[in-house]
Amino acid sequence: MTEATLTATLTDRAPAANRWRFVHVVRRNYLVWRKLIGSALVGHLADPLIWLVGLGFGLGSLLPSIGGLSYMAFLGSGMLCYSVMNSASFEGLWSAFTRLKMQRTWEAILQAPMTVADVVIGEWVWAALKAMLSGIAILLVMALLGLVESFSALWVLPILLLVGLTFGGLALIVTALAKTYDVFTYYFSLLLMPMMLISGVFFPAEQLPKIVQYVAQFLPLVHATKLTRGLVVGTPLDNVPLHVAVLLLYSIVSVLTAIRLVNRRLAK
Amino acid sequence: MLHVSNLNKRYGDLEVVKNLSFSVPAGQCFGLLGPNGAGKTTTLRCCLGHTKPDSGTIRLAGLPVPERAREARMRVGVVPQFDTLDPDFTVTENLIVYGRYFGLSARECLARVPKLLDFAGLADKANARIEELSGGMKRRLTLARAMINDPSVLFLDEPTTGLDPQARHLVWDRLKALLNEGRTIVLTTHFMDEAQRLCDRVAIIDHGMLITEDAPRALIEREIEPVVVEVYGEGVEDWFKEFAHTHSSRAELAGDTAFCYCRDPEPLMKTLESKPELRALRRAANLEDVFLKLTGRDLRD
Repeated sequence: MTEATLTATLTDRAPAANRWRFVHVVRRNYLVWRKLIGSALVGHLADPLIWLVGLGFGLGSLLPSIGGLSYMAFLGSGMLCYSVMNSASFEGLWSAFTRLKMQRTWEAILQAPMTVADVVIGEWVWAALKAMLSGIAILLVMALLGLVESFSALWVLPILLLVGLTFGGLALIVTALAKTYDVFTYYFSLLLMPMMLISGVFFPAEQLPKIVQYVAQFLPLVHATKLTRGLVVGTPLDNVPLHVAVLLLYSIVSVLTAIRLVNRRLAK
Repeated sequence: MLHVSNLNKRYGDLEVVKNLSFSVPAGQCFGLLGPNGAGKTTTLRCCLGHTKPDSGTIRLAGLPVPERAREARMRVGVVPQFDTLDPDFTVTENLIVYGRYFGLSARECLARVPKLLDFAGLADKANARIEELSGGMKRRLTLARAMINDPSVLFLDEPTTGLDPQARHLVWDRLKALLNEGRTIVLTTHFMDEAQRLCDRVAIIDHGMLITEDAPRALIEREIEPVVVEVYGEGVEDWFKEFAHTHSSRAELAGDTAFCYCRDPEPLMKTLESKPELRALRRAANLEDVFLKLTGRDLRD
């Protein structure tokens, strides 16, 4: 047998794995997460519960209903997005950067028959799945508090995944460019936080100046909030295709950009 | 198993690899030697498809690189220069998770684990956490991890840097065992004793260019006189000026030590008899002497 044919036989062993190689990366991250499942679940559940109960009861008692919605319901459906955004961003920034730079995990994976695209897509999907879990935790808390109208609220799950993919992808772009952890703090406080304030998470965006509302339209979070609020607490849902399209666009473009940037970073 | 021809790579204005060609036949151990910054690691990265060369062709395990590098890596094991073990997993989990990247199932990996841990001398560490391992154990585990896919070729980037003598000998012993099984090894090192011990052939590169390539023994015979006399002590400079060049075929003063390369050291040794303040070490020439002759004694940082 020549070298080439021998290699061909060996590489043919895992032909089905081709498209799905990124799953190995998702699985690796899942296995690490599972080791810390206790503290992870407490974080997922306790954090939103504290916010929701604290802000909801505290502020909610002072505020009138918003468009026929109790403040708690308004806040809860906004927190769903906010929490998914946070979780996906955190995973795509601090955790992914640790694997990229500190632990050299990506470098090790790339010595195997894996590509940069496999690794980045794996991290992206993992960040979204983990973020979705934070969303599910809030949904659960909301259901316990009687804030969820019906089982049709479960339609929000794919949307939460999409929100996770959007912010996971954006975070991976920042990670691909980062030299140290410091820049992540800026990304959070200068980009994500202001966006959150103008996207109708904690209060309706309609009372903000027109120009701010105009800017917010081009950002993903406002579209995410409208979708989840409609699906979970039954506010009117319109322009669904537009909202989904914006999130899809952000997701796909950001992950493709992240792949390019990581390729460039690691080719040196 | 690995053919590299006319490889060129530049970063900006810096030519890291210049027109480099070499071949490694199956079953051989090939050493890439060179000072820091000579282009060793870049050459390895090109061979594995991680860095795209500006020009030149590479074939690894019969496949063109970088075009089909991913498939070629199915048959390759890599031990990188820096520790890339997964600190969140135990020793066994590290092997299983890594095997998955090759498309192996957990069951297939698990079947291979005991043998690999035996091979690496880590049988009693199967469930240990990575932080409990010593530097030598980590390196051996990295070697075991590189073997999870039963590779035909192993790439090792400075496999024993930072290890104590006991740990180095154990790694060498393991690498020899792999060579005896007929595997091919490509390694970079700047330890000449390591290269002399393990490699069938070595290539010395500097400033990205191949300076010479041969079997270590042949290089020593061809490039350098068989005996080296090192002289040091009070007044070595005066002695050097008076005798070194006339009694040896080549001599140099580096710091406070004179290195004299001779075919017949007797006349030189005689001149030292009347100088009890000078101390002399007479030894056979080795690969390090060849290396220093070809790449110079200047520091590279």
